[in-house]
Amino acid sequence: MPDIKAIGEQLAEIFKKQHADYIEAHLEENYTTGISYRGKQLESIGKSISVGGNVRALIKGGWGFVSFNDLDNLKEKVSLAIRQARFVGKEKSLLVECAPIVQNVKPRIKQDPQKVSLTDKKQMLDEYNEIVWSTKGIQTSVIGYGDNHKKTIFINSEGSLISQEKADVTMRVAAVAAKDGDVQQAGLSAGSRDDFSAMTRLHKKVAELAQTSVDMLSAPVIKGGEYTVVLDPILAGVFVHEAFGHLSESDFVYENKQLQEIMTLGKTFGAPILNVIDSASVPGLRGSFKYDDEGISSTKTYLIREGKLTGRLHSRETAAKMGEKPTGNARAINYRHPPIVRMTNTFIEPGNCKFKDIIADIKEGVYAKSWYGGTTSMEMFTFSSGETYMIRNGKVAEMVRPVVLTGNVFKTLMNIDAIGDDLDMNQGGGCGKGGQSPLPVSNGSPHIRIQHCLVGGK
Amino acid sequence: MEEILSRALKEAEEAEVFIASIDETPVQFETNRLKHIQSKQSKVVVLRIIKNGKIGVATTTRLDDYSTLINDAVATAEFGQKAEFHFPGRRNLPEVEIFDPAVEKVSLKKMTELGYEMISAVTEYSPETICEAGVTKLSCEFSLINSKGGKSDFKETIFGLGVEGQLIRGTDMLFVGDHASSCHPILDTKEIVNTVKKHLKMAKRQAKITSKPMPVIFTPDGAASALVLPLMTAFNGKTVLEGASPIGSKLGQQVFDKSISLWDDPTLSFRPGSRPCDDEGVPCRKITLIDKGVVKHFLYDLQTAAKAKTRSTGNGRRGTGGGLPSPSPNAFVFNNGDTKFEDMVKDIKDGLVVESLMGAGQGNTLGGDFSGNVLLGFKIENGKIVGRVKDTMVSGNIYQLLKNITAMGSDGKWVGGSLFMPSLYISNVSVASR
Repeated sequence: MPDIKAIGEQLAEIFKKQHADYIEAHLEENYTTGISYRGKQLESIGKSISVGGNVRALIKGGWGFVSFNDLDNLKEKVSLAIRQARFVGKEKSLLVECAPIVQNVKPRIKQDPQKVSLTDKKQMLDEYNEIVWSTKGIQTSVIGYGDNHKKTIFINSEGSLISQEKADVTMRVAAVAAKDGDVQQAGLSAGSRDDFSAMTRLHKKVAELAQTSVDMLSAPVIKGGEYTVVLDPILAGVFVHEAFGHLSESDFVYENKQLQEIMTLGKTFGAPILNVIDSASVPGLRGSFKYDDEGISSTKTYLIREGKLTGRLHSRETAAKMGEKPTGNARAINYRHPPIVRMTNTFIEPGNCKFKDIIADIKEGVYAKSWYGGTTSMEMFTFSSGETYMIRNGKVAEMVRPVVLTGNVFKTLMNIDAIGDDLDMNQGGGCGKGGQSPLPVSNGSPHIRIQHCLVGGK
Repeated sequence: MEEILSRALKEAEEAEVFIASIDETPVQFETNRLKHIQSKQSKVVVLRIIKNGKIGVATTTRLDDYSTLINDAVATAEFGQKAEFHFPGRRNLPEVEIFDPAVEKVSLKKMTELGYEMISAVTEYSPETICEAGVTKLSCEFSLINSKGGKSDFKETIFGLGVEGQLIRGTDMLFVGDHASSCHPILDTKEIVNTVKKHLKMAKRQAKITSKPMPVIFTPDGAASALVLPLMTAFNGKTVLEGASPIGSKLGQQVFDKSISLWDDPTLSFRPGSRPCDDEGVPCRKITLIDKGVVKHFLYDLQTAAKAKTRSTGNGRRGTGGGLPSPSPNAFVFNNGDTKFEDMVKDIKDGLVVESLMGAGQGNTLGGDFSGNVLLGFKIENGKIVGRVKDTMVSGNIYQLLKNITAMGSDGKWVGGSLFMPSLYISNVSVASR
């Protein structure tokens, strides 16, 4: 294996002789295992090694970026990035000041998935698959499992040299039920940053999801329209990530006057009960890290505090251009991409409502649980539940087919009128932006209630 | 390659080495100006083996360490699926033109000019619009050899460009954009710019729509965002084999409207989805999936085809990360219809045009259900487009909707590189709005 640390030191020397406002490099070694099942059989099992790096240069506000697998001719790669940056640059480079960091971050990994044998991984997945198949009415199952162990080196022309190491493991189990040409599916996503054993205790949940997929076949489709909707912690987490989180990513905002007006700090976004946080410094979650991909220390950022906009997520460039503090949110999915502003662990802070009180005065509403997907256009969002029930006269009533919820972000945040006390983090998601997907993130929330939410249906 | 193959054959009965090299140069514009130039080079080696009758696979970017690659492939073969196929021997591949050396020669200067040309055309028309744009050139080479003497090697170039405009008033946001790609350089931005300008014009006014079933025209982009994903899954031989495809048992049956035909066609010249062979070295050909509404064929790779007791259709594709191939469309091509878009609009008294549906792929796509927010759509009143609609959801089941369509547009266009789609006019679609 090439010694990426030594290569990093070589690059640091090369950087000293260049004329650029700023240069950085990332080097990476990544070991991946993937296992999938479709139906009763194991579908594929594969291992993969990826070694590579990139150089990014900034000159007069213009960026050049070169990514590569072969670690030879580094000098040439550096000068290509510089030539590109020079071609682009016409303004002034702005990066928020930060002291160089030289650190070898010790990995905190509880049970490294790369150290678990293929036999044990397969055994676990076999068990889950058997549970799905032992459920009456199942047509097929789909299981995807992946883990990786990544070592990264970050070097910049200001003298930083940071090495970090982390593991990541994800799994999705989906059960597909079918009857008379009608097909329904239910799934669960799980993940962990540092602990394979978190994947091994899901037998009960897998059994439940298989039954849910079967039950969904006989559930009716909801009538489309406006409802009072209660979201469970998983779906509320997806909601806060999609509907609000992306808006707080400053790369959308920093050069856009119109958006800046919408996202003026201090503006009211919700009721005083609403607090939203993004933090990579909470240990052990999938979006957690010590330093981001620009070598900035992770922080805890209140995006909304007591209903008012109080912060946003930054890279060094967006922070400098907006005259705000860096937050350590520049992340790249791997060495093939430059870092961009991303979320880490995003969540709604718990309030003090009990679930039964949240639904108590709803005459007819929707209880949407679990997660299927979500996306946003900044103003509008859609996200979909994995499991859905009607709420009638203050009680959870009959199951309906999964729903897609949609709305205007600004109105919907204002319409959150109850926040539970039962915060739970969803570790099974991945985030996509700018062609970089899936980035490990987590999101979470307690149960929340939203008034006047648009639900798709018949 | 030969070295990996011969070393792998000391461990396994059969082996295949696949190498993909990609060299990509994206030029990116943000907030109406040039921001970022990138150069991305990558090379991935995938080794697939059959050992003790079972499949193993390993992927690496390291060209200096074949031992780990072979060891990993052997380790996974212990648990791998039973191989139901043999690697194919040498085959004659069709001539498919997908390489144009002119793509590599397009200079950064020219690419920058194209980006600015699109941006200034949009901002001249609508000065408050803020544009992002991208111009990308890409060249790649795919090589494959296997232990049965199979061998293939081809190069492809792709040139793409697109622009997206954002118009914000208060908290009202409008997104318009278009994109085109080809194996030739695209040096004319007119078509893209005209689409964007047309949408900006149509969205100038807003219109209210009431919740009810109504006639809806899905434009090519609208149809792509709402209806096509479930079909790709349904025609996948794997989905069919598992019994999870709603059309899996309907070969030869009339499932869709008579006016709909669909092919997987990787033979079209200079289209980014075209190729002489798939990622297993199986020659590509035009496959009829729907003929005048009748389901004709599904898509297969070698392993799935063997299990289904049929032949590979040349649709074994690997993702960008390497790994095992899986059935996947090369290029979905719908037939062009005979109705002009304008005539469809004229025909509608109270209805909707869907240009982009957000989140439609999140629901139960396997069953054909879709439900999405109209990101860009327009209200039709008495045969005229009267303005943009917002806060509106469209939902339904594609199998029910495509069973009976009112008209197919003559305005087919390439959406996203490898889907050719005309507008679809469907008379009774569920629309919910606040």
